[in-house]
Amino acid sequence: MRNMTVAAFAAAVSIPASLVFSSPAQAAGDDEIARIREQLQEMKTAYEARIASLEERLGRAEKRSGKQAENRPNEARSARAPGREMPGEAAPVRTPARADAGFAAAPPVYASAAPRQASPSAFNPEMSLILSGSYARMSKDPEQRRLQGFMPSGGERLPETRSFNLGETELALSANIDPFFRGEFRMAVAPDNTIGVEEANIQTLGLGHGFNVKAGRFLSGVGYLNEHHPHAWDFSDAPLPYQAFFGNALGMDGVQARWLAPTDLFLEFGVEAARSRSFPTTDETRGKNGGLSGSAFARLGGDAGVSNSWRAGLSYFAARPRDRVYEDPLNATSSAFSGRSRTWIADFIWKWAPNGNARYRNLKIQGEYFSRPEKGDLTYDPDGAALVGDYKNRASGFYAQTVYQFLPRWRAGYRYDELRAGGASIGLVKSGALTIDDLPLLKSYRPKRHTVMLDFSPTEFSRVRVQFARDRTRPEAVDNQLWIQYIMSMGAHGAHKF
Amino acid sequence: MKKIVGIVSTVLSACLWAFAPTAGAVQVFTTAPEWAALVREIGGEDVIVSVATTGLQDPHRIQAKPSLITAARSADLVVANGAELEVAWLPLVIRASGNAQIQPGRPGYFEAAAYVRLIEAPVLLDRSQGDVHPLGNPHIHGDPRNMLSVGRALAARLAQIDPKNAAAYSDRYKRFTGTMRASIAVWERDAAPLRGVPILVQHKVFSYLESWLGIEEVGALEAIPGVEPSGAHLADILARQAGNPARMVIYPAYQDDTPSRWVAERAKIPVVLLPSTLGGTPDASNLYKYYESMVRRLLDGLKSGGGARNGNSQAHD
Repeated sequence: MRNMTVAAFAAAVSIPASLVFSSPAQAAGDDEIARIREQLQEMKTAYEARIASLEERLGRAEKRSGKQAENRPNEARSARAPGREMPGEAAPVRTPARADAGFAAAPPVYASAAPRQASPSAFNPEMSLILSGSYARMSKDPEQRRLQGFMPSGGERLPETRSFNLGETELALSANIDPFFRGEFRMAVAPDNTIGVEEANIQTLGLGHGFNVKAGRFLSGVGYLNEHHPHAWDFSDAPLPYQAFFGNALGMDGVQARWLAPTDLFLEFGVEAARSRSFPTTDETRGKNGGLSGSAFARLGGDAGVSNSWRAGLSYFAARPRDRVYEDPLNATSSAFSGRSRTWIADFIWKWAPNGNARYRNLKIQGEYFSRPEKGDLTYDPDGAALVGDYKNRASGFYAQTVYQFLPRWRAGYRYDELRAGGASIGLVKSGALTIDDLPLLKSYRPKRHTVMLDFSPTEFSRVRVQFARDRTRPEAVDNQLWIQYIMSMGAHGAHKF
Repeated sequence: MKKIVGIVSTVLSACLWAFAPTAGAVQVFTTAPEWAALVREIGGEDVIVSVATTGLQDPHRIQAKPSLITAARSADLVVANGAELEVAWLPLVIRASGNAQIQPGRPGYFEAAAYVRLIEAPVLLDRSQGDVHPLGNPHIHGDPRNMLSVGRALAARLAQIDPKNAAAYSDRYKRFTGTMRASIAVWERDAAPLRGVPILVQHKVFSYLESWLGIEEVGALEAIPGVEPSGAHLADILARQAGNPARMVIYPAYQDDTPSRWVAERAKIPVVLLPSTLGGTPDASNLYKYYESMVRRLLDGLKSGGGARNGNSQAHD
């Protein structure tokens, strides 16, 4: 190999050299030819030395990488860049008809030091993108939708309008930062071209003893469904309690600490101290030191035989909303609430699959109950009359749903939700300063809804769904809502959350 | 509110002093029955083994359920298959466990696939090819010789985690290789008639077994891994029977046999149920019986299909 290179080099040099020699001037004397020869010899020697040194370095590198491969087989997923293994390498083991009969018990070829491209992109985070869109047909104008008896949370307004809608496009990046932390970022692009940071948090990896701490922006761990992003929901929209109590989901900027007890039964406790980003509080604009909102939750779970598993939880969220203003959609007057708001949630989920094999058939039953006592002051028309009186209420609600996969790719589900606005004690109405007709949204009511859905998932990465809901969230109307929706994900394999 | 801040800081400080060493046997969390069996072979009475899945479950479809998180919480060592077989649930379980020892990269995290050569690495890495595993086919335990190389690494890892029993792990590994090598020789002798036999598979879960015994896979009923077979593709497979006729259809215990039966009835070849791992069928009750059962089931399939095949080939000749 070396000789060949040198020969080729010599030939390459000799061609121009011979051109020089055959020039018509013939001025070059013998000593000049000798000098050129000498130069050539010098160059040849130099190249030979250089090639030898390169070969030696290559040999050393090979030895080193071989040793590394022995010591540190490629365990860390991040280190194994996809596509690193070339198809050609797989061939020797794949060859089916091995003619020699006496290969008894010889261990198969070890993973040899496969050539690994040193590329900075090998450390790219896991990335996934969720695409969704829908066609909606609603018998009532979605702009008019309200949850009678409940101060608007923002969740009663369905993201969809009638007809074709682009859903949220969600981009997620996550990776281990170092041996101690993991980072996660989720961004949602709304159909109106606004970008929202859904999650941007770091969590610990190495605390041990059952502890996990998360900091940044995250979805609160309260309840069951709260931590699930919309693309992971079994229905096209959030259950009524989530719409009424958290405006779809309780988001936070803060710190979460969880501890898993060293018990045979799953027992986990968590606390959160945060700036809440969702109804029922208005922390986003508060400029106060120390805690703003906080929550605590406990979960219990386990298996019942090989076919069943379950989890139950109890959560508590405490907040102090200040001047939480809402506009009554019925008379366009504003009111504001300040005081204490506490939310209790009891959640339960049961999953069944024959022999624990969810591939063909499985059943999921889940339900959550919410109760929210609020106590404080209600200011009527803060920018005008500014009448202030006390306010006390306990609203509640629940949903119960079941989803059955009856064939490998097909699932059907039914959900029932109900809210109870409660009988609010409003000081301004009691004192006679106002009548309840001045606060028409707060008239007590029980919004109800029935929902059925059928979805088809060609693979784990794609899903198409048809959903029909009979929505009775206000006394004067029954809204029949039909959704046809797709949800698809590309990139990193999605996590199988319980 | 101050109370909650107080609780958080207590929790944070608690993890700084809580470093109680775990005593007694090494607790091993394994993701599949074959790795549980291997750990028991090498760990003996020095380990307590928990296993996340059974032989009747599709290893691709497992969820990070509470009982798994609890089991991982107390583990000293996680023995996973690797090659992204558990990518959808194991990372979640390990993170939720709050167990520092078993995080990937630590000695308490072991991936079997890192110690064998993977086959069938996809040429085209694109989800249009189905649920492909970028590093290659992850179902490595079909080849018992892989158990030897994984076993060697596992013995070393157990010795690293539990140095005082290092000699015991090494001895058990030696004994294991002795028995396993002898058994492999027997299975290979018995399976000699299977060499070069063309077969169909429902899902590509037995590639390492085929490669070991020299069986020739001439088609997969799942045209795209993880996607249920389509009627058109099955018809296509049947049409190909004319050229290089497969002698049997094999399918794993966790899958529904409908597509396999459909093809087998029309091609007049036997359907062979194979345990994809220990416990997949009642006879695959331990590591040795698992391989024994696969070889026997394949031989039975070959025998029962013999007449039909002759009939077929005569018809085509």
